[in-house]
Amino acid sequence: MRFFDFFRRARQDIPSADTAKQRLQVILAYERGSTKGSGPDCLPLVQKEIIQVIRKYFEIDESKVTVDFERGDGISMLEVNIELPNLAGGAGRPAA
Amino acid sequence: MSKVIVVTSGKGGVGKTTSSAAIATGLALRGKKTVVIDFDVGLRNLDLIMGVERRVVFDFINVINDGIRLNQALIKDKRVENLYILPTSQTRDKEALNKEGVEKVVEELRKEFDYVICDSPAGIEKGAHMALYFADEAIVVTNPEVSSVRDSDRILGILNSRSRRAERGEAPVRQHLLLTRYDTERVAKGEMLKLEDVLEILAIPVLGVIPQDDTVLQCSNIGVPVILDDRSMAGQAYKDAVGRLLGETIELRFVSPPRRGFMHWLLRRSA
Repeated sequence: MRFFDFFRRARQDIPSADTAKQRLQVILAYERGSTKGSGPDCLPLVQKEIIQVIRKYFEIDESKVTVDFERGDGISMLEVNIELPNLAGGAGRPAA
Repeated sequence: MSKVIVVTSGKGGVGKTTSSAAIATGLALRGKKTVVIDFDVGLRNLDLIMGVERRVVFDFINVINDGIRLNQALIKDKRVENLYILPTSQTRDKEALNKEGVEKVVEELRKEFDYVICDSPAGIEKGAHMALYFADEAIVVTNPEVSSVRDSDRILGILNSRSRRAERGEAPVRQHLLLTRYDTERVAKGEMLKLEDVLEILAIPVLGVIPQDDTVLQCSNIGVPVILDDRSMAGQAYKDAVGRLLGETIELRFVSPPRRGFMHWLLRRSA
């Protein structure tokens, strides 16, 4: 069994301490940058206000709106998904 | 000019009380009149680690709220000259603390002592905030581990924004890193964050590196601050840390695995 251990150790995985360091650098860069009103703390408000705007033009089901936030190495992404009602017939036809 | 130093971390269980006890004792051994205050109201432990648990009559909360005089609550250490302990209540909780009361006690202690060490509880709520609020310097105790580093970062943010010095726009609280539970062999294997990594992330000067050491538990078992154990590596490391706190330049020990002899290598291999 010792024989196989030798080969396994030769294909060394990334040392876990390096992963720890990378993860910390990403998450702390983000958390330090967060000031009042930015970052995921304001997401519920963002969602609420987006719904208000869309409601002015479309009838939407609030439960069909999702807001997602993903932070990465150099870039963060805000993803908003809104399911609109069936628009078949009548809507959006240009004036003659 | 007396100094108020908070020993804090954010994360629990990283070695704040152990370090407060060791550092306060170390300062007293160097001739500085030192008092160490337990801010962990309701979960007091400083008295146990210092070995004075049977001598607690009046406490920090009695002084703030119940008209007890400071000198009735202060416990003089029997082993070390110049060393005093201010224990806290075991029955009340952090709500018993208030800014005016704590300020009054701290200011009174400043007049009598060279060093006032505040042993903070874990967290970022009232107890921890009171402990750091009046500090001139902060020792941020950190384990080489992700949760601890993250929480230490948060505590540093709070020291920079919500301490009295920050609120008044005075010179900022001087910050020091104390890296505890350092296991040089695990660091060498790549399993544990190394000192350089933590320094790069937190970017504050290092006060000391305390090695993982069985004597810490043994000393707390018998109620002796680990710095008083001459055999202890952790104790030696605390001695170095105290020297650096006093402005001395001391090279870091216990940051590389010890050089073992051939016999040790042979015995380890034969398992």
